[in-house]
Amino acid sequence: MDILRIATAGSVDDGKSTLIGRLLYETNSITKDKIEALESASKRKGLDFLDLSLLTDGLIAEREQGITIDVAHIYFSTPTRKYIIADTPGHVEYTRNMVTGASNAKVSLILVDARQGVVEQTARHLSIAAMLRIPKVIICVNKMDLVQYQESTFNAIKESLSELVTQTTFEGQEISFLPISSLYGQNITQKASEMPWYSGNTLLGELEAFEYASTLAHAPARFPVQFVVRPMTEAYHDYRGYAGKISSGTFKVGDSIRVLPTGQESTIATIEKFDSKLDQAIAGDSVTITLTTDIDISRGNTLVLASEDQAPQLKDFSAQVCWLDHTALTPGKTYLLQHGINMTKAKISQITERLDVATQTATEGVSSLQLNEIGTIALRTAQPIAADQYAANPANGAFILIDEFSNSTVGVGFVK
Amino acid sequence: MQTIQDKIGHFPRQLEDESIYILREVAAQFERPALLFSGGKDSITLVRLAQKAFFPGKIPFPLVHIDTGHNFPETIEFRDWLAKETGAELIVRYVQDSINQGKAKEESGKYASRNVLQTVTLLDTIEEFKFDACIGGARRDEEKARAKERIFSVRDDFGQWDAKRQRPELFDMLNGRIAVGENVRVFPISNWTELDVWNYIKEEKMEIPSIYYSHKRQVIERDGMLWADSEYLNKEADEIPFEATVRFRTVGDMTCTAAVSSDATDIDVIIEEILSAEISERGARIDDKRSEAAMEKRKQQGYF
Ligand SMILES: Nc1nc2c(ncn2[C@@H]2O[C@H](COP(=O)(O)OP(=O)(O)O)[C@@H](O)[C@H]2O)c(=O)[nH]1
Ligand SMILES: [Mg+2]
Repeated sequence: MDILRIATAGSVDDGKSTLIGRLLYETNSITKDKIEALESASKRKGLDFLDLSLLTDGLIAEREQGITIDVAHIYFSTPTRKYIIADTPGHVEYTRNMVTGASNAKVSLILVDARQGVVEQTARHLSIAAMLRIPKVIICVNKMDLVQYQESTFNAIKESLSELVTQTTFEGQEISFLPISSLYGQNITQKASEMPWYSGNTLLGELEAFEYASTLAHAPARFPVQFVVRPMTEAYHDYRGYAGKISSGTFKVGDSIRVLPTGQESTIATIEKFDSKLDQAIAGDSVTITLTTDIDISRGNTLVLASEDQAPQLKDFSAQVCWLDHTALTPGKTYLLQHGINMTKAKISQITERLDVATQTATEGVSSLQLNEIGTIALRTAQPIAADQYAANPANGAFILIDEFSNSTVGVGFVK
Repeated sequence: MQTIQDKIGHFPRQLEDESIYILREVAAQFERPALLFSGGKDSITLVRLAQKAFFPGKIPFPLVHIDTGHNFPETIEFRDWLAKETGAELIVRYVQDSINQGKAKEESGKYASRNVLQTVTLLDTIEEFKFDACIGGARRDEEKARAKERIFSVRDDFGQWDAKRQRPELFDMLNGRIAVGENVRVFPISNWTELDVWNYIKEEKMEIPSIYYSHKRQVIERDGMLWADSEYLNKEADEIPFEATVRFRTVGDMTCTAAVSSDATDIDVIIEEILSAEISERGARIDDKRSEAAMEKRKQQGYF
């Protein structure tokens, strides 16, 4: 069964949590005891309707303030597929939690309040969807009930977004617009009775129809070694297996491989998944690979195919970053850079530019990147990393920056 | 006839790949990891995944069981069997010892349970062995505070979870760096649902404790639920035990897990029952019913 990961986006109070609640409700994904709990919680809040946002706002502070602070992961299935939804906060302050939720998503649902139209968060979230290269964005114009379900309002919002969309989108990204009312269940799983002028799909219809053609299995083959399996038992005395999850591409038994960064070469003897032996394995598979020769390989090394172009061994490079910490990014400072499972020190030599998300223009000569800002940096690592350009091979082109002292994850980067 | 697979599809193997990846990161990034084993289906699934992740090597961390003394005997029997079967090291620590040492106090009244007390024993055990990572079988679909948890969830030296200070967790990159005294709770099956777990148990033909299947047992009825009768349950005068045919959907202590009436003797029927169930899995956990925020509050205190 296949899995589709989705993330919500949009400003505070645009109705993200309500939308997810509605989707669960209408797909019969909520059990009776949870609906009863929802009814009594809604009543306690003095509401005369079911507040579906309470389903996902699971923290005490969230319910007290009526806002989403951290990302919640929600699950439901249809006969077609399993869905994992990240319901994210809309407040600028919590953008890092929004990015956390969006990083694995293949579909981004960006909500816009029909009364307010496009706001700065719309632009920020479109930029983030582009930065992460999320293949599909559905711009949900919500609260249509509050604008009398007027087609003109919907069209005006669509129109006002067209320039921004053209600026942020990349080749292969699908963008669509959908008029909805989360509160009244219009165009969520049922066609909107109130909007006969809209002839497109419902939200669920769009999701069910979306076919994400992963190109990862055809990208260059990359296998980062996570763990060396050495049982040292009698039965497996000389056994030495390299365990890891294939980031991209395909590996087959008999393939000649090269180890990065050492450059040694060997041939794949077996590809194992628990007690079964496979002929080949592709991107996403967690396997254990053994080689025909005994060479020195340790955690953090990457296996690539000897026949393919070698992964660039980056030491000095430029990257787009999104800053996720209250302490600003400052050039000259050393951070820990984690690329996949591999960690090395990195020094930021320069901030080349900062992106103004609202206007999509770049400013040069900035001295710091503040929380939630997006920019381009130049950096140098202590050890080379076997990374690809993010746009060419997303599974092997992203990294995080970690503060050496607080150990916190302070930024996310995308190799240019 | 429609089979279970027609209805719910095959288990999404991608979830297994992701969980194995997480377990290998734990083994590589930490010095003293441990797998918190409760005897329930989720932690049994974890053990299975750990077996696969390091095969043909052994599971490179111990299974740690915090024994409340109120466990079902079938759970304990199963635990010992599983440790033997997998060759994993088993560490057991007892809530009774914490009570004897005066660190924890037995609750009173008819709802008394040792569920909250086990946090004390757990934190002591973490300190005793200097565990820096504790792997747990919690899933995000269980409960709404759980839905907020990261895969690598950092706890301070009092074991506390600070929901507002969670680290960003991007793509599949897991940052396990911690300061001295801190530890990380790791949840490899975060993205599995209850049905995924059952579907996996079915496809893998895994053994599970017998109490998950239908059996006859003495129960009492309380608050519209069936409670297993035992010497640990504080009964009121009018709560008279009777025999019923039941099974457990979720397994915790005898004092805080309710049974469901069921004739399900095989896993297909269990899955059918879950598909048509009107209440959620946690609905049978009396410990969660204490308040709307029960889980978050326990997690702040160091509960797993
Ligand atoms: N009238 C109307 N109100 C809505 C709609 N969707 C959400 N709301 C309300 O907008 C408020 C914010 O919703 P919430 O889902 O918490 O927004 P979030 O901050 O984006 O998650 C709540 O009071 C909802 O009841 C809608 O379609 N129509
Ligand atoms: Mg919300």
